[in-house]
Amino acid sequence: MLVHLNNIKNFFIIIIFLSAVPFSAYSEEKKLDFLKTDWSFNGIFGTFDRASLQRGYQVYQEVCSGCHSVQHLSYRNLSEKGGPEFSVEEAKAIASQFEVEDGPNSEGEMFIRPGRLSDKFVKPYPNVQATTAANDGAYPPDMSVLAKARAGGADYIYSLLLGYDEVPEGLQLDDGVYYNKYMPGNKIKMSEPISEGIVEYSDGTKSTKEQIAKDVTTFLVWSSEPHLENQHRMGFKAIIYLIILIILVYMSKQKVWSRFGSKMTKEEETFDKVERAVTEYEGEDPKTFK
Amino acid sequence: MSEIKYIPKSKLAKWFDKRLPLLTLSHHLTEYPTPKNLNYWWTFGGILTFCLITQIVTGLVLAMHYVAHVDHAFESIEHIMRDVNYGWLIRYVHANGASMFFLAVYIHIFRSLFYGSYKSPREVIWIIGLFIYILMMATAFMGYVLPWGQMSFWGATVITNLFSAIPFVGESITTWLWGGYSIGNPTLNRFYSLHYLLPFLTFGLVILHIWALHVPGNNNPVGIDIKKNSNETMPFHPYMVMKDLFALLLFVTVFLWFVFFAPNVLGHPDNYIEANPLVTPAHIVPEWYLLPFYAILRAVPSKLGGVIFMFSAIFILMLLPWLDTSKVRSAIFRPIYKKLFWILVFTVILLGYLGAKPPEGIYLILSRLATAYYFIHFLILLPILGRYEKTDPLPMSISDPVLNKPGILDKVKKAASKYEGENVGSFK
Repeated sequence: MLVHLNNIKNFFIIIIFLSAVPFSAYSEEKKLDFLKTDWSFNGIFGTFDRASLQRGYQVYQEVCSGCHSVQHLSYRNLSEKGGPEFSVEEAKAIASQFEVEDGPNSEGEMFIRPGRLSDKFVKPYPNVQATTAANDGAYPPDMSVLAKARAGGADYIYSLLLGYDEVPEGLQLDDGVYYNKYMPGNKIKMSEPISEGIVEYSDGTKSTKEQIAKDVTTFLVWSSEPHLENQHRMGFKAIIYLIILIILVYMSKQKVWSRFGSKMTKEEETFDKVERAVTEYEGEDPKTFK
Repeated sequence: MSEIKYIPKSKLAKWFDKRLPLLTLSHHLTEYPTPKNLNYWWTFGGILTFCLITQIVTGLVLAMHYVAHVDHAFESIEHIMRDVNYGWLIRYVHANGASMFFLAVYIHIFRSLFYGSYKSPREVIWIIGLFIYILMMATAFMGYVLPWGQMSFWGATVITNLFSAIPFVGESITTWLWGGYSIGNPTLNRFYSLHYLLPFLTFGLVILHIWALHVPGNNNPVGIDIKKNSNETMPFHPYMVMKDLFALLLFVTVFLWFVFFAPNVLGHPDNYIEANPLVTPAHIVPEWYLLPFYAILRAVPSKLGGVIFMFSAIFILMLLPWLDTSKVRSAIFRPIYKKLFWILVFTVILLGYLGAKPPEGIYLILSRLATAYYFIHFLILLPILGRYEKTDPLPMSISDPVLNKPGILDKVKKAASKYEGENVGSFK
């Protein structure tokens, strides 16, 4: 039995059409296109740029961590595969720079000790209230999953960091409120966090604003999705495996279906029957019948 | 190929089958006669069963690591994503699995609408299927609340608040649903409990759905009754199994593409922000598969009216076997119904689009028109159409639909006239 390739084609067009609907449903009208830069982690084979991640960690530590927590990252993540891949010693050294409250000890007292690999990133403030109190009522969000929590993801964060601009004429801003082209509503309570040379990279990379923004954004994407590289690798293997399996299954299916029924069409069958009947009647050999 | 009666071969099989006819059942399931002309739209039943099982299995593992508490739920999801071995994979399969489940169920439902599979004698299959769909929506809604993100919290607020529209007892019902005076820990706990329970009820209904299917047998693209004891059917195994498997693998490829390369594209970014009762998101939107109903809800100016219309939009489908008065099942032979079908598909997709937009201006006007049309289609057009539509001639059997296909006669005439060099009109 023939499979109608055309049917399968139509079928796929409709499936693809249907699955495209949800995408368009959420895309909101963008007023301004985000700034573009080439991210190494995008695409099927996307991986992180280690050096950029390490620099990004430095930017986070020196610039962001005063206000923003990354509470779901652990220090051990810094040395894990697919991340910045600091050596274990380096990660240990990083962790030990921080003071962590532990306890209670056998006397029932809480105590302070240096950080270990297993500790979560130390937060700048103990709770939300302390955060807002210290930031004039604003709440610097936790950045663990920030890249997934904003429409536009990496492009949005990158653009926002570079999106500070002069206040347009006629717009009145309160004290402690800044103008940003990419912030929804254009008003942001965070002052421009990065400037040229605000960090000094030890690997000799020039610390331009764009470079800093790119590095810290890469770091934030990794902190949102620490298994991204593994995800991409596994995904590629899975799809290849499926394609081979699909071909084999399709061939088996065709083979199985060819067993069923004759390939004769109804007309041929009818013709065949008539032919036989006539032959029988005339007593002739079916082969010679015209 | 007809279904052959099962006769146990060994003595032990005979003994066992007499007491519990499991062997007879498995024999029936493999030999079950299916029409040989089923197309690929018929593979979604198997795909849906696969989806349900995937959700149950991945959900089971997630439940081992998830903490149903307002202070820990969001954190426990991040724990699954980061620290549990392949937790990210299991969660992404579960989250995208819900979307894929709905994608498949919508195709399955629209297939049924196109080929008239809900008509006699298959009304019960259809109604059980709708109950499965309702359970799916309830399960998906409660599952979306569990990560305790902003959309979880505010989605739950919007949906549970709908019940407060019920006159007199509305407020009490809402409080009872919440387990308090606002959405909080008791709400999260009961949603988790129900989210775990409902898939098993769904599974039970799926068994009934298949049982009810196996009584009259499958409908088919031509929509006419088939002779069960003829060469019009083929045994389910291995023919349909192989075909279903092929389609399933294609489906799984699309599924895994989302899981590995775009796992968050079907969700809302706000759900990666922990729930905060003090901050309302700019636009509260449900997951994409509930958007058409959300659009209907907001299209009606009164709250109670909106709730009534939204629930009616689902329950009206239960009456469909009686609202559609046409005796012809398949849309292939119903030229006008075929057009109406595609208009309905367009309307539902449009409603889904409008559900994601703010209810104002042109969006609101369009949602009202689309909502009105949705009900007109089922309540007015279908009952009338069945009486007046001139359907194309039905083939005698599924084996010769080609000969009776609408328009085929004209084509033959044309070809013949070309051959004989005669005028089309004069050709006999």
